[in-house]
Amino acid sequence: MENTKYQAVECGDCNTCGKCFNKVQDGTLYTILIYSENQAGILNQITAVFTRRQVNIESLNVCASSTPGVHKYTITCFCQEEMAKMLTKQIEKKIDVLQARYYTTDQIFTIEVALVKISTPVMLQDQRVNLIIRDLGARIVEVNPTYAIVEKKGRTEEILQLYERLNAVGAVLQFVRSGHIAVTKSTVEQLDRYLERRQQNR
Amino acid sequence: MSNTITGAEALMRSLEHEGVDTLFGYPGGAIMPTYDALYDHKDTLHHILVRHEQGAVHAAQGYARVSGRVGTAIVTSGPGAMNTITGIADAMMDSTPVVVICGQVGAAMLGTDAFQEVDVIGVTQPITKWAYQIRRPEDIAWAVSRAFFIARSGRPGPVVLDFTKNAQTGMVDYQPARVDFIRSYDPVPVPTDDTIRRAAMMINQSVKPLVLVGQGVELAGAHEELKALLEKAQMPAGCTLLGLSALPTDHPLNMGMLGMHGNLAPNVMTNQCDLLIAIGMRFDDRVTGNIDTYARQAKIIHFDIDPSEINKNVKCTLSVVGDCKDTLRRVTELVDAATHKAWIDGFAPYKEKENHKVVEPAIHPKEGDLRMGEVVRRVSELTENKAVLVTDVGQNQMFGCKYFQYTLPHSVITSGGCGTMGFGIPAAIGACFGAPDRTVCMFAGDGGLQMTLQEFGTIMEYGVPVKMILLNNNFLGNVRQWQYMFFNRRYSFTPMTNPDFCQVASAYGIPSRTVTRREELDEAIREMIATPGAFLLQCGVMEEDNVLPMTPPGSNVDEMLLEIN
Repeated sequence: MENTKYQAVECGDCNTCGKCFNKVQDGTLYTILIYSENQAGILNQITAVFTRRQVNIESLNVCASSTPGVHKYTITCFCQEEMAKMLTKQIEKKIDVLQARYYTTDQIFTIEVALVKISTPVMLQDQRVNLIIRDLGARIVEVNPTYAIVEKKGRTEEILQLYERLNAVGAVLQFVRSGHIAVTKSTVEQLDRYLERRQQNR
Repeated sequence: MSNTITGAEALMRSLEHEGVDTLFGYPGGAIMPTYDALYDHKDTLHHILVRHEQGAVHAAQGYARVSGRVGTAIVTSGPGAMNTITGIADAMMDSTPVVVICGQVGAAMLGTDAFQEVDVIGVTQPITKWAYQIRRPEDIAWAVSRAFFIARSGRPGPVVLDFTKNAQTGMVDYQPARVDFIRSYDPVPVPTDDTIRRAAMMINQSVKPLVLVGQGVELAGAHEELKALLEKAQMPAGCTLLGLSALPTDHPLNMGMLGMHGNLAPNVMTNQCDLLIAIGMRFDDRVTGNIDTYARQAKIIHFDIDPSEINKNVKCTLSVVGDCKDTLRRVTELVDAATHKAWIDGFAPYKEKENHKVVEPAIHPKEGDLRMGEVVRRVSELTENKAVLVTDVGQNQMFGCKYFQYTLPHSVITSGGCGTMGFGIPAAIGACFGAPDRTVCMFAGDGGLQMTLQEFGTIMEYGVPVKMILLNNNFLGNVRQWQYMFFNRRYSFTPMTNPDFCQVASAYGIPSRTVTRREELDEAIREMIATPGAFLLQCGVMEEDNVLPMTPPGSNVDEMLLEIN
């Protein structure tokens, strides 16, 4: 599960090899879902809360939410629960932030997308490339004589496995992950509830 | 009739609409259109020209702290705005409602490294409650109203408005705005009746309760509600540095000041009580000492208006998040009358011990050099304990706050969280404007006084009646004390060669007097009080005096030193 620590695979020491994307982290992976008004500068304020408390952001996604005029931020980080609590409180304290909540992976439905740009000559020479792609349920979305683009959506572990195995056969030219996006599994929509309550208090 | 006016004029009307009558400021290029508009509003918007922008914000803070209103500062872009940073950070740490309006280059020039352009929003976002750039004259009425609403509501704090030049000169059909609701911001949460009942039950079950009184009580104006709770349940209380005047010093249940240089009894009893009731305070490390051993035996109820303070430093058993003026009243209704006599009596031996070892020698020394403690106590007594105390930072601050006595609310103005040297003079100027009918006594050391000494010019120009007491020991005294205690007495750059401060005062037309002898002290203080307007009383005090008692950094709250070996 994603609640467990990521393991470094390249060299075991992420401070030296510079290639590992998956540092060994302390704590649990928390997903923090934040809703804010659509105002300039809020992302800055939110990330500053993490920086000041020396928590590394693992992934970050910002987009418009289902509520008009409200932006949704999906941020993941490794930390202890106490820290996750403090982060959400400090973020929620920002004037234009509507709500911030933290979740463990079992409380949300989460997915990530990755693109791997690989070398077409390597792919053609080495049978293993296609095997890896099929084995991990990825798909090729673009091919030309120089490179091919592989798309994979799923859990972080599967995505990292795809990268690591393709990298091991020397096929990778570029690699990018989208960062997690998540929706809660709860049957209650917390933001709607908050907005209703605020409207009543008006 | 059309109401089309410039943005600068719209700002003036918006400020008047918010009830602003005093501005502390300093003009410059990017704010000139606003200053031009101000020229026509001199009768309603009383502008005080400070001598440095840092002074403008500290003055606004002093004004806000003494009056409970929002302080307003107005400065230009770039360096003008950057000079306000210390004051803004200070206001953030001490929850002081101020609105700082900075000029900014025209919107078309933003991001081009234009002359005197600084990313003020980027710089101030982490140290403000809200920072907003006004780029269009149409936004002025809304932004100003929102700024004042945010600054004064909930847990107060500083707001920055970065006001581009084109927004100042552009024309707008002005309509006053009134922002009193922001859906993403709930300034005053209201706790449930169940929470209130649980708090009352915990208090009723407690045999050894101790109340910690913070500035939140002052900010909420909950002085009477606090007294009612304390008196009904007969609970002893200690005050934080910023909460000292939330409860009169001579109230029988006031056991003194909390924290590193606080009083022995409330600090020791923190680790003996069975219930700690924290009201409008945030468990600063200067209050708790070693947090791992802090009040571990006790249940803790935390009353605060800011949910992010709950469990931030100290885990509580129950949180009561709301306006303590409301929550204290509700809890008091459900609290049983009690006496807690044995528990209260237990404070006396510690108080006596501290009195004997520390307080008496500090305020009634028989011989030797003048001591800071005796100066402070006599100034307090000779102003009938009714003056507003403003301090700078350092030993002057600790002696000032400890030995001044408070009978009226809003009587302590000191830089607590930030510990800003240079705070004293400008904050005292602001306090004089915020409470023109009260005597304002400002204590500073020779170090801090020189950090904002230029504000003597402001005092001179406006005849500000501030009584300044310089506790001169020719040292950066607090750092020297730490060097003495923790750095083998290596006085690395703490001795100071000072100017003749009385001559400096005289250059600004401020009357002054120097006193070094105990026999002259009372008469000198009386002269200071009797002299109309400002006065500088320079007290040549013991060079190597130490603030005691003291909980050394990292020590447990109940491990206070009464003397230094």
